[in-house]
Amino acid sequence: MTSVSTLAGTALPELWRPSRGKTGMVCLIAAESCIFLTFVVAYLFYIGKSATGPQPAQVLELGLVIVNSIALISSSFTAIAAVRMLERGEQKKCWMWLAITIALGAFFVGGTIWEWSGLMSDHALYPTTNLFGTTFYSLVGLHLFHVIVGLVLLSTVLVLGLLGCVKSRHTNAFDLVSWYWHFVDAIWVVVFLTVYVIGR
Amino acid sequence: MRFSWFLFILAGCWCFATTSASAVGEGTAVVCAPTVQDATANINAGDLNMFNPVSVPAYEIRELAWLVFAVSAAIFVVVEGVLIWSIVRFRKRAHETGEPVQVFGSNPVELAWTIIPCIIVFVLGLATLRTIREVQLESPPAGALEVDVIGHQWWWEYRMPGTVADSTLVTANELIVPVGRPVWLNLQSADVIHSWWVPRLAGKTDVIPNHVNHLWFQAETVGTYLGQCAEYCGNQHANMLLRVRVVTTEEFDAWRTAQMQPAVVDESVAEGRACFLQFACMNCHTIDGISSGSFGPNLTHLMSRETIGAGVVPLNPTTLRAWIDDPQNLKVGCNMPSLKLDAAQLDSVVAYLLTLK
Amino acid sequence: MTTAHHHPIVPAEVSQTLGARLHGWAVTVDHKRLGILYVCFGLVFFVIGGIEAAMMRAQLAQAAGKIVDPATFNQLFTMHGTTMVFLVGMPVLLGMANYLIPLMVGARDMAFPRLNAFGLWLFLFGAALLYYSYIGAQGLYGTSAAPDVGWFAYAPLTNKTFSPGNSTDYWILGIMVSGFGSITTAINLLVTILVMRCPGMTLMRLPLMAWMMIVVSVLVIIAIPVLTGAQIMLLLDRSLGMHFFDTQNGGSSVLWQHLFWFFGHPEVYILVLPAFGFFSEIIPVFSRKVIFGYPLMVAATVSIGFISLSVWAHHMFAIGMSPALNSFFAASTLLIAVPTGIKIFNWMGTMVGGRIIFATPMLFATAFLGIFTFGGLTGVMLALVPVTWQLSDSYFVVGHFHYVLFGGTVFGIFSAFFYWFPKATGRMLCERLGTWFFWLLFAGFNLTFFPMHISGILGMPRRIYMYQPDRGLELWNMLSSLGVVLQGVAVALFIWNVIRSLRKGKIAGNDPWDAWTLEWATTSPPPEWNFDQVPTVGSARPLWDIKNPTDPDSNHEGSI
Repeated sequence: MTSVSTLAGTALPELWRPSRGKTGMVCLIAAESCIFLTFVVAYLFYIGKSATGPQPAQVLELGLVIVNSIALISSSFTAIAAVRMLERGEQKKCWMWLAITIALGAFFVGGTIWEWSGLMSDHALYPTTNLFGTTFYSLVGLHLFHVIVGLVLLSTVLVLGLLGCVKSRHTNAFDLVSWYWHFVDAIWVVVFLTVYVIGR
Repeated sequence: MRFSWFLFILAGCWCFATTSASAVGEGTAVVCAPTVQDATANINAGDLNMFNPVSVPAYEIRELAWLVFAVSAAIFVVVEGVLIWSIVRFRKRAHETGEPVQVFGSNPVELAWTIIPCIIVFVLGLATLRTIREVQLESPPAGALEVDVIGHQWWWEYRMPGTVADSTLVTANELIVPVGRPVWLNLQSADVIHSWWVPRLAGKTDVIPNHVNHLWFQAETVGTYLGQCAEYCGNQHANMLLRVRVVTTEEFDAWRTAQMQPAVVDESVAEGRACFLQFACMNCHTIDGISSGSFGPNLTHLMSRETIGAGVVPLNPTTLRAWIDDPQNLKVGCNMPSLKLDAAQLDSVVAYLLTLK
Repeated sequence: MTTAHHHPIVPAEVSQTLGARLHGWAVTVDHKRLGILYVCFGLVFFVIGGIEAAMMRAQLAQAAGKIVDPATFNQLFTMHGTTMVFLVGMPVLLGMANYLIPLMVGARDMAFPRLNAFGLWLFLFGAALLYYSYIGAQGLYGTSAAPDVGWFAYAPLTNKTFSPGNSTDYWILGIMVSGFGSITTAINLLVTILVMRCPGMTLMRLPLMAWMMIVVSVLVIIAIPVLTGAQIMLLLDRSLGMHFFDTQNGGSSVLWQHLFWFFGHPEVYILVLPAFGFFSEIIPVFSRKVIFGYPLMVAATVSIGFISLSVWAHHMFAIGMSPALNSFFAASTLLIAVPTGIKIFNWMGTMVGGRIIFATPMLFATAFLGIFTFGGLTGVMLALVPVTWQLSDSYFVVGHFHYVLFGGTVFGIFSAFFYWFPKATGRMLCERLGTWFFWLLFAGFNLTFFPMHISGILGMPRRIYMYQPDRGLELWNMLSSLGVVLQGVAVALFIWNVIRSLRKGKIAGNDPWDAWTLEWATTSPPPEWNFDQVPTVGSARPLWDIKNPTDPDSNHEGSI
């Protein structure tokens, strides 16, 4: 047997290796981004191709969406604050910032549902109505689904925290959850630009 | 070890060459064949070899194909030669012990086998660009005959200008065009994606719903050229056959004039006509002045065609009767149902259709 | 140094009850067991996919064959393609990587062992879902049971109008679920290679196979989600009546093609790069020489990865793209031939000057070099847009991609199987049976797939359940079908070899091939924890350094 131990013990310069969790999360975010990319491409491809039914400029209103976007994007900053607080060991403040983050995210979900119900009741725009309906509901809906997943993750951290299970040493894990949340926010910027700026 | 493989390829090339040669002979035979069908001949026999073109774009493609085949063959021979040499030369001999000299690489050598392939693909790329420019036209060539091709599951509809202004000639499955004149096809689909491929006339172009494509050819030799749908389009993809008859300008004009005549009305087959109208035939098939279905082929001049069922069988009274009796026997899964006619109804419908010359 | 270790060849579990052993395999998170499960399930599907192919060749042996009806035939080629790509290629390659990568980089396990197990069971669930369609998808109107839309599932043939019933939904869901499994495995492999490397293993000391798997993982992470996205759209179309690919309501079938091939072409490299990785390990060991031009091999691999993301539309030269787009995709496709050629030359450069031992793994590796060169050259032909206007969707293309994917991927899998079987089981496969297996498969392979090039040139399109007689196609199709018989015999021999060698094979020892990478430094089979001590390395060939202390590779690093 060639002993591995002959291989061991040689003095070697320190080898830099990235963090396991962060690398994994970056990969997951990359994969998710590609799914979003597919829907964004489909959205851009079909802009102006709906033969019938309501067109984006007729039905999409910016007011509510801008409020929504502000809520979602500020939730990224509150998430950063929450991570900082956990790192410093100020758990109470952490839970507060985290709760605000969740509230802002929930506001976004509520706002989107409000917008959708308006589109359906006032403008009869359904996913089956035309290509605009198809691409709009699927792209925004895919993002909404990710917001909800993010909220579930954040709420899990909050519940565990309130139960006393989250300590400073868990900052890295919490940080990864916040990365996912930042990703969901960043994707919203892309979706917003696609749907409400380019597509409108 | 590699030798057997070489022999195999050589044998393949030889067989290919002989087939091509005999195919050329066959091609000529098809050209001279009388229009009357020999009952035993296979109407779908023929030559579909891309290396035996009869039309301008297909010539261009053949030239490019020969170029790249030659270049590839040269590369293949060199690479396989070196491989065989190293197998023979560097096989471990019984007396050899220890490890050979470790060579970690060589910048000049690696640079060489990076740059040489770059040059080769650059040349091939230029040749490709040139042929694309020559073959892929953006608009119809001057004096072209414009034909709308509509792919259906699993047959072809052709529409071209009639003999008088604003009239349209509608036919199915067999395209008749004049020799020496460019033909510009506007390819459209009624359902799924098909692909129009008659190798001796031109490369294939897909027939895509919601998306008009174009293809052109200019046949230089009179004859019948065969092909078939080349994009999988469902159950009967294999029997969506193509048939292009290239005829002299005089024959083409005569054919077009005949096609523009109204449908023959022969009172001796009134019973069959009534039957045609009484059953579902009329829902799918157009006969000018009688019915206007568009789901199946136009039958106004049915008997001017050589085949039935998009080319699956030659058209004659026997096959026509069998087809109407139960199309599923001749073309399993096609969209034409059996109408369960009794023998008398069958005879009268066949008799009627036989008058539609 | 710790005390001597004796890892028994026969695992301790033999004394356990069958139920306990099965339970052990079902709940395992050990990368080696998961890798073995991947390979075993993959080989089962290889046999199933092979039977589907054999049925098709039986049908096509004669003109106007009548062995299966058209609907069945269309299911056969759909399931054959889908099976071979998603249920054979992906799991076997990812499974082998799963087994080998932690050992090669000197790690205890994969970065995320539980995620790893999750990936395997997702794959298996997806596969089961796809094959359940044979019994579960009997739709309305007596429509087909198994999917019959081709493995590329072009819209609008997949639309509810043209594909009623549920078969296409099974295709979507089965592939989507197994795709999630592939994505998790790719993430796992990438993180393992980057994060779990043992001390001393800088990126330029990674075994080349690890480099190939880095690129493969990146391609999986980029490409598979695009397919998943497109499949979600198709599912929404079919189940909720949306219009993404609904051409009757303005949807585009061309969009589906772009999305599918944006996945589909990188997929080809996902399937072939791991095989390149195997050969990059095997050719040097059996030539007794270090790989020629390691840095250039890495560069070529990375550039293949990049270029492969920009060649997808060469599958679509016949759809009527603009001349500019056609030219762009022709150029990028021609360009990818350069790094691929470099690899072939570097492998041959490794053989030149070596002392080549033609054991079964090397037989496959050498045959691969010849066959892949042929497949690569027909690929160059098909990069020339006008030539593809004639040959796309013809049997020439079928011949071409089987030369690449059978000659590349499948030969790679068998080569790797013979090479690493001793490591995984502790026993050697029988060399005599292996040699017979190789020659039968090699002959059968060429007999089947070479004539297909000629059928294609003679105008035979793909995916037809029958061809017309008297078009010069009978001879070539008969030869193709006869080749299948040889391949079938070969695979039967292989299975027999595996079964026999598991019980009676020669005991392998730790390092039967006198090889140089870390997996050969531990026992065969390795203990659950892989290495007793964390290894450290000073070059890309740590075991060479030990065996040749006077001339270690570290002396040559940076010399080229």
